[in-house]
Amino acid sequence: MNKKENGIFRKITGSREASLLIVLIILLALIELLQPSFLAPQNIAQIFRNNALTMLMALGMLCVMLTAGIDISITSVLAFSGMTIGLLQKYDVIHNTLLLFLIGAAIGAVCGMLNGLIISKGKVAPIICTMGFMYIWRGMAYVISNNAWASAEDVSGFSDFGKSGAPGPYIILAIAYVIFFIVMKWTRFGRRIYAVGSNAEAARISGINVDKTITLVYTIMGLLAGITGVLSVSIYGSAQPNMQYGKEMDVIAACVIGGVAMSGGRGTVVGTFMGALIIAVIAKALPLVGLDSLWQNLVKGIIILVVVILNVVTQRVMDRRALARREM
Amino acid sequence: MRRKTVSLLLAAAMMTSFAAAPVFAEEIETEEATQEEAEHVYTNAADGMTLAIVTKAAGNPYNEKEAEGFTEVVEGEGGTVVVQHPESATADAQIAVINSLISQGVDAIAVAANDTNALSAVLQEAMDEGIKILTLDSDVAPEDRATFCNQAGVQEVGQSLIDAVYDLTGGEGQYAILSATSQATNQNAWIEAMKAISEEDEKYASLDLVEVAYGDDEYQKSTDQTEALLQKYPDLKVICAPTTVGIAAAAKVLQDQKSEVVLTGLGLPSEMAEYIGDDEEHSCPYMFLWNPIDLGRLAAYTAIALVNETITGAIDDEFEAGDMESSPYTLTAVGDSEEFSEIILGPPFKFDPENIEEWKEVY
Repeated sequence: MNKKENGIFRKITGSREASLLIVLIILLALIELLQPSFLAPQNIAQIFRNNALTMLMALGMLCVMLTAGIDISITSVLAFSGMTIGLLQKYDVIHNTLLLFLIGAAIGAVCGMLNGLIISKGKVAPIICTMGFMYIWRGMAYVISNNAWASAEDVSGFSDFGKSGAPGPYIILAIAYVIFFIVMKWTRFGRRIYAVGSNAEAARISGINVDKTITLVYTIMGLLAGITGVLSVSIYGSAQPNMQYGKEMDVIAACVIGGVAMSGGRGTVVGTFMGALIIAVIAKALPLVGLDSLWQNLVKGIIILVVVILNVVTQRVMDRRALARREM
Repeated sequence: MRRKTVSLLLAAAMMTSFAAAPVFAEEIETEEATQEEAEHVYTNAADGMTLAIVTKAAGNPYNEKEAEGFTEVVEGEGGTVVVQHPESATADAQIAVINSLISQGVDAIAVAANDTNALSAVLQEAMDEGIKILTLDSDVAPEDRATFCNQAGVQEVGQSLIDAVYDLTGGEGQYAILSATSQATNQNAWIEAMKAISEEDEKYASLDLVEVAYGDDEYQKSTDQTEALLQKYPDLKVICAPTTVGIAAAAKVLQDQKSEVVLTGLGLPSEMAEYIGDDEEHSCPYMFLWNPIDLGRLAAYTAIALVNETITGAIDDEFEAGDMESSPYTLTAVGDSEEFSEIILGPPFKFDPENIEEWKEVY
């Protein structure tokens, strides 16, 4: 084999983030070819704004999946939190944006903590526990709202925060990603999450409180879902009990595309960001490139699968190389 | 120690969230059935009749308006009204309510069904007792009722929408449709009707439908689709969204962007109040939906006609419905059925800047 080629191959496959970046660039180039104005600043702003919810929750899902868990209750928590703050405005209780965010975050954190406690102390499988809460919090959203919406008029003023052109959603996204990047890379807590996910028994023996870490991870997920609920109401100017129904799959897909392993221990903030961005770009591009609507879901599925397979292959190459190095 | 703190915290959090819930829940008004005998001596159409309406659930403002229209007509015609709001929006709750109406011996029951099939047994039982059964708002299996008061006639909705597009484009130019899912039966039927009408009539020949986009009744996807429509068709004049989530999402996009494109379609008045207006600050000049009061009134006239045996529920039966705009009404076939009938309320109701303030309180 040509040595130079090998070098480039090694570089590309050497890091999953790099391979994701290449996938993203190819995707963007293809789309730009079909729809030349795709990379206009306004379009990019719209991509981030309209996918802020997925991107924000993907950070929490990263942590959860790192511990080999999963949380499918997140959009129900989102709806419960969003509906609550929508109703607080509808009945003129609170109109302060910061306060509404704090309330949403608190609701989310409590919901998440319940998940965490039941999973860590009760030893319930994450998918079962969060499935239960998926129904419970969605049900609560319906119950408290009495099946009605908090309308655009009810939340006007507050919705200026997430209005098109307003900086709100971008600021929240930027802050969240910076915090998570630092925490996951350079803090003891971040390393604990990785340790618990790669080998819970080893982590326990080395003195890590595994239950506490897991509880915290789900609490963080809930906190983010709660904040996302509030953000959702401000971006779309409406709160409904069924909002973002089924969208937890997009969040999980973002993580999986970003190289987060379902079996735990593997995944990065940068990878998650790229995974979420790829999902976002697909969502934005499919209606734009003139593809028949009936085909859009099909194509979305194919793209997700291709990217994931590419990632698995990359991972396998990396593993083999790491193994080879050890044997040397 | 730590465990105790956590459980205390949890308990506190749960308590606050449950304590807060009743504040949000609208106060449920259980309307007492008016059991007094009608005191009118003049011969009214509903003299001596006891007519009942069973809504989907208590606390649903849309249903309350249906009951209001029903009550107004029946009392105006000298009859007695029994309004029943089931505790919850389930078939079970409705079955209990209908059972008690059977034992009260009412003359007719109008039901806004919570389930297509689950009410079958109890409705058959009622009909065996000689009680006239009709449905409004949402139907049951057609063999379980005499007729159905349908708020959304496909032709009428299609006609109103295409006329709105014609009006808002000024008679010519591009328009797009933002629908729910590609599988949504109602939306597809309305869109087909719009297409058929604009093909048949020369009047609409200069209208150009550029795309039917599907937002799946999700805010996120509807937003993507609306933004894509704006970007793909710079000459687009009107977006028509015959679905409540789609129209609200599109309204937000257009209004935030201060787009020249205007919006119409079918939407909830309360949800759309923020966006309805004639000026450039608002994205939707007017839109349509059903008028629940009129639907209730139609149900009342239908019930009276059934009890009077003016109609039996057969196709092509005709009856007068007081001062209602589309009166007299004719019973039409449900789909291709030769046996089962329905009554189309009429064109959908237009919500514009004049009446939106009043209607946004309703639903």
